[in-house]
Amino acid sequence: MKENKKRFLKGGLGQLTIPVIAVALLVIFNLIRDPGFFSISITHNNYGNAVLAGNLISIINGASELAILAIGMTLVTAATKGQDISVGAAAAIAGSVFVKVLKSASSISVGTVILAFLCAAVVAMLFGAFNGTLVAVFGIQPMIATLILYTCGRSIAYWINGGATPTVESPIISAIGSFAPGIPIPMPVIIVIVVTILFKLLFHFTSLEILTQSVGINQSAARLNGINTTFIKLLSFILLGVCVAVSGCIGVSRLGLINHETLLLDVEMDAILAVAIGGNSLGGGKFKISGSIIGAYVIQMLTITLYAMKVSSTDVKAYKAIVIVLLVVIGSPVVKQRFQKFMGNLKKGKSETKGVEGA
Amino acid sequence: MQDECLLKLRGIEKSFPGVRALHNVDFTLRKGEIHALMGENGAGKSTLIKILTGVYQMDAGSITIEGESVNIHSPQDAQNKGISTVYQEITLCPNLTVAENMYIGREKSSWVKQKEYETKADEILKSLGIPARSSQQLGSCSLAVQQMVAIARAVDMNCKVLILDEPTSSLDDKEVNMLFSLMRDLKSKGVGIIFVTHFLEQVYEVSDRITVLRNGEFVGEYLTKELPQVQLVAKMMGKELDELNSLSDAEDREEGVGEVLYEAEGLSSTETNPFDFKIRRGEVNGFTGLLGSGRSESVRAIFGADKVNSGKVKINGKPVKITKPIDAMKNGIGYLAEDRKRDGIIPDLSVRENIILALQVMNGFFKPISRSESEAFADEYIKALNIKTASAETPVGSLSGGNQQKVILARWLLTHPDYLILDEPTRGIDVGTKLEIQKLVLKLAKEDVSVTFISSEVEEMLRTCSRLIVMRDRHIVGELKGADLNQAQVMKTIAGGEA
Repeated sequence: MKENKKRFLKGGLGQLTIPVIAVALLVIFNLIRDPGFFSISITHNNYGNAVLAGNLISIINGASELAILAIGMTLVTAATKGQDISVGAAAAIAGSVFVKVLKSASSISVGTVILAFLCAAVVAMLFGAFNGTLVAVFGIQPMIATLILYTCGRSIAYWINGGATPTVESPIISAIGSFAPGIPIPMPVIIVIVVTILFKLLFHFTSLEILTQSVGINQSAARLNGINTTFIKLLSFILLGVCVAVSGCIGVSRLGLINHETLLLDVEMDAILAVAIGGNSLGGGKFKISGSIIGAYVIQMLTITLYAMKVSSTDVKAYKAIVIVLLVVIGSPVVKQRFQKFMGNLKKGKSETKGVEGA
Repeated sequence: MQDECLLKLRGIEKSFPGVRALHNVDFTLRKGEIHALMGENGAGKSTLIKILTGVYQMDAGSITIEGESVNIHSPQDAQNKGISTVYQEITLCPNLTVAENMYIGREKSSWVKQKEYETKADEILKSLGIPARSSQQLGSCSLAVQQMVAIARAVDMNCKVLILDEPTSSLDDKEVNMLFSLMRDLKSKGVGIIFVTHFLEQVYEVSDRITVLRNGEFVGEYLTKELPQVQLVAKMMGKELDELNSLSDAEDREEGVGEVLYEAEGLSSTETNPFDFKIRRGEVNGFTGLLGSGRSESVRAIFGADKVNSGKVKINGKPVKITKPIDAMKNGIGYLAEDRKRDGIIPDLSVRENIILALQVMNGFFKPISRSESEAFADEYIKALNIKTASAETPVGSLSGGNQQKVILARWLLTHPDYLILDEPTRGIDVGTKLEIQKLVLKLAKEDVSVTFISSEVEEMLRTCSRLIVMRDRHIVGELKGADLNQAQVMKTIAGGEA
């Protein structure tokens, strides 16, 4: 058991080193800049609930949709060696379906919301299956295959609600988008935790993890070991569809309306980045969900930090790019190898005679 | 005698996390010499070669080329210093043309016209007698031809030291002879050739000197003509050869003891012609024939690895349908694929995960093998097959070829198959492991498992199989058993009416 722990620390942190260091650096940077940056206070919101507030809460809360999408994106990346760039558009579709069903009900109860979510999930899974079929059955590169839905997804979302951007007014919906009565933690954060646990359970009670990794690393060998590679790839897209539906519904609930043009706009690139920052290879194979989730928080923390530094929203993207380039380069195999070699030399230098220095 | 020293390695040390790969290894190559580098699986041959070609950096030691002390920093650096390598597995780009493969990364000027490359490449190919056109896509050539293109590329780079790492493992006899005459030609021009192979006969046919490594240490350097084959094997294995001999007289193998386990009638896939085949319980049979004769394709059809077109298959007398690998696995068939790198290992996954993979797939999606269970399985088979790995969590890609092969064997043994198909399980691995695998096959047969054993070394098959199916041009042309099981008869049947 002790060995297990050691192995966990060694293997686990190996991949998580970069995202964890990134989080630590951002925290330290913010604390130096403003020691009160992470202070958490209790305030009362419009409904009179006692809730937690502060920068840390808004970072964790704001990253929820991204974190959930990053989970699904990790699976697709691992199985297909490619990424789905249609998640933002698909989320707009799921959000539109969610609103459409809610609007068609006479009154909004918990049951209606669940039904609306299930409808959104089914639609998102169907679109996931569409992407997955193009990739798994027809062998089209994931980015190209998902480019189709990326291009037309927001138009489809537009049709669903007849071009309008209907609002949904319901305490249940606003609870999903912000706080539920009596719970001081934002609901989206709780949903992230639930989704993460569900995926962990999925990995625990099925062999999805090893099968997905095998398909991503060596498809030919996976097939000869009896793995249905088409199914695994398709499944990864369908699971991403579930994630898309959850994020879309959170996004809608936050605003209480569906805006098919802006809902989760450009989120796909952040989701892919989260996967990469999490130390997962975009070339597929081995993966760690936890890395991608931390990656999502890194991205959000960076954004909030920049806003806190009064960087204008137009400039934020440029600054984000700089930090991300640094992170990705530091996490690259080349730098890793050089670093290991450097550390190796350092160790050797110490163990050998001190005279070596002069030579 | 040309005894001028070309390359001198002294006191080479190299360690990897948890493993000492090389310790105090010396190696000397003279001009115009073919020098065989011999050793068992994990003896350190590959590591030594990778140091020589700049893939790895040595921890300690010295390298001298023509009396000049050098450091080799990268593969490019090695090439510039006149060291060229043709690796065991083809490392060219199958989607480029032959000419592009020969000149990729070499020509400084990118303005040299493609035609010019092709003319040059065609000349070289022709002078070496390689049956390929320069404008052809490399991937469309047979494995053997691809190998020779790799050699042609090295030859054309005017190298001083040519390293051939298992160059013959995918060549047939004719091609081997062609390669040997090429090697002798290069030798007479003063090139030093380091020849790594597991075919002992080839070492004696072509090499001048032999250096033996064992467990990462230097055993000795010998003149080939002064070292009898038996002694060479003993030096490589560090043990006496009684075992090897005891294996070779497995004359008491009975044929067709059990009932028929597997029976196919008119079986065909996209890659084969229809054929009939059956195997009894506890029987070891083999498919033999030249490269491209259809031996691998036939067993792939049995396993459902290629799309099956037709055929009636019965297992234990009951008709079954096998159209894809999982069908075969559920019917108790295991299949170790010919190309370990492409169809066998999942390199980034651990030894443990690789071992349990097939069993996991058979158990199904909703029955994952628990961590502790899989650890127990892995430990059991690492021990049983004597797999040399730092731990069960080591990525399988970092093991030596022979140990990778054992991991895949373990994977199939863990599924407890009734019928195990082994396609070239001994290719590119050392004598010791080969022996272990052959022993294992005979042991399995005793336990009533049926085995189909394919090897390009006919001798191995004669040692283990009680029945040999001979193929030519994608047809079964003969079946040998009993007194007919000898090299001469096999060759005769393979050659058939031609000649």
